[in-house]
Amino acid sequence: MTSDLTRLTADALAAKLASKEVSSVEATQAHLDRIAAVEGAVHAFLHVASDSALAEAADIDRRRAAGEQLHPLAGVPIAIKDVIVTKGMPTTSGSKILEGWVPPYDATVMTKLRAAGLVSLGKTNMDEFAMGSSTEHSAYGPTHNPWDLERIPGGSGGGSAAAVAAFEAPFALGSDTGGSIRQPAHVTGTVGLKPTYGGVSRYGAIALASSLDQIGPVSRTVLDSALLHDVIGGHDPRDSTSLTDVWPSFAEAVRNADVAGLRIGVIKELQGDGFQPGVMERFREALALLEGAGAIITEVELPSVEHAIAAYYLIMPAEASSNLAKFDSVRFGLRVNPKGGGTVEDVMSATREQGFGAETKRRIILGTYALSAGYYDAYYGSAQKVRTLVQRDFAAAFANADVLVSPTAPTTAFKLGEKTGDPLSMYLNDIATIPANLAGIPGISVPAGLAAEDGLPVGIQFLAPAREDARLYGVAAALEALLEQKWGHTLLSQAPDLSFSEMNATDEGAV
Amino acid sequence: MSEITQEQVTHLANLARIALTPEEIVSLTSELGSIMDHVATVTEVATPDVPATSHPIPLQNVFRDDVVGQTLTAEEALAGAPDHDGSRFRVTAILGEEQ
Repeated sequence: MTSDLTRLTADALAAKLASKEVSSVEATQAHLDRIAAVEGAVHAFLHVASDSALAEAADIDRRRAAGEQLHPLAGVPIAIKDVIVTKGMPTTSGSKILEGWVPPYDATVMTKLRAAGLVSLGKTNMDEFAMGSSTEHSAYGPTHNPWDLERIPGGSGGGSAAAVAAFEAPFALGSDTGGSIRQPAHVTGTVGLKPTYGGVSRYGAIALASSLDQIGPVSRTVLDSALLHDVIGGHDPRDSTSLTDVWPSFAEAVRNADVAGLRIGVIKELQGDGFQPGVMERFREALALLEGAGAIITEVELPSVEHAIAAYYLIMPAEASSNLAKFDSVRFGLRVNPKGGGTVEDVMSATREQGFGAETKRRIILGTYALSAGYYDAYYGSAQKVRTLVQRDFAAAFANADVLVSPTAPTTAFKLGEKTGDPLSMYLNDIATIPANLAGIPGISVPAGLAAEDGLPVGIQFLAPAREDARLYGVAAALEALLEQKWGHTLLSQAPDLSFSEMNATDEGAV
Repeated sequence: MSEITQEQVTHLANLARIALTPEEIVSLTSELGSIMDHVATVTEVATPDVPATSHPIPLQNVFRDDVVGQTLTAEEALAGAPDHDGSRFRVTAILGEEQ
């Protein structure tokens, strides 16, 4: 019977825990059983922390039995993207250069999860250092999309999205530099939100591009993302880019969802050419539903968006090349001694050659080039100017709309291996998600249905002005309710049952 | 096609401290060329009158009080190191013979 517990939302499970109908140990064991049953097929996790998860759960049960006042989510299991450093759990960021590294400290988001009594199930797979849109750049093998195991689960946070979609965890933490929370949500029929830049602490998130990175929630329902966001958000003195704002309750925003009179601006540049017909069909259907509920649909233009990918693929590698300099074979991670010895620089070069994968090397070299003498102004400097233009476009658009909307990505999940040979075509997946990172504004992807031509999930993306994350929860929750009313079920209830793969269950630890 | 040469990629690899193989240098030279062709369009719209944005939501003077905070112990800091002597990280020679 415990397997039914994995079908519950985090909110529903929290209610059963609070009423003592279910114990945290039962809930945690149910998810560990599910992980054991489907991981051979899905490979969402790099590390499953069975023993510590059950110990954490038992501690919550003991405290609840003792009458202690607990956080409403106490005892609910959660999965953690491997980009987030965790005391007691290995943290690799999907790279061989950090294989087996157990951090001596927790990221601030982990400290907050532990304080709220959430139970960490383990660490989820990702493209190496969050560089990718498919998890195929993970040094530990790709994650498979629970809707079709031959297809990508999105990236870089494909592990977190797939874990949630496959009912291995009710929700998860992700990180989003150019779409790594939202695009996996789009291709797996799940929900993911990138908060306003600075809305969630990045302390202890292994940096890819510091001016773009943001940690956020991944879940099956809009309410669960909001509940998680309420736990992890807020100012952190350990992150100098952390905003000091006092944030409203995002769960409240979901419960008060109403789109009557809401002005929704459709982004003209993010539709049409290159967007799959089935993606556009679900997109237009969602807009019609929102209009029927009283929203005012208008069209807005973001002319600089056509240069956003180009700017992003200069800024991100430039910052990455700098951030990844810390992997120097001295303080943590891999050390490779070249044949015949050598200086510390020779050791460093040999270590980085062996420890980094192809995509990571590609981006470090690209970033080093963009920052090198004689090219800095032309490339990095120009890209930063495009960033200004994108921000101005958004400011103008938000003068006439409360939220903006686009498909989250141009296509449904593509096949594993389809784009690994062509870096540029892989980069173009992020066309709709990158502008929000450049501008620092929040964005959410919520399921819009299945594409008619392939039966695969499609997401819809809403964007709001900086600091207006609550608007996204409102409009996404309203759409979610309208769509589920129309369908008569949740989207994920239509996903294939994966329990046939029980024979391939994996043991605890890296797989 | 951007004029990226194998010599340039070799130089960049040296700057980035990655001992790329000759095969990697060949493939990266061609990939870098095609990626730069695509991203070079930023130079067309970045006119002199547009200011650069380095930070999406700029904050100024983010300071804290100059007091000792919670820090790692030497043991914790060394726990993940490839080599150490109990209180310090250990590395090989800093300078080569010709230096």
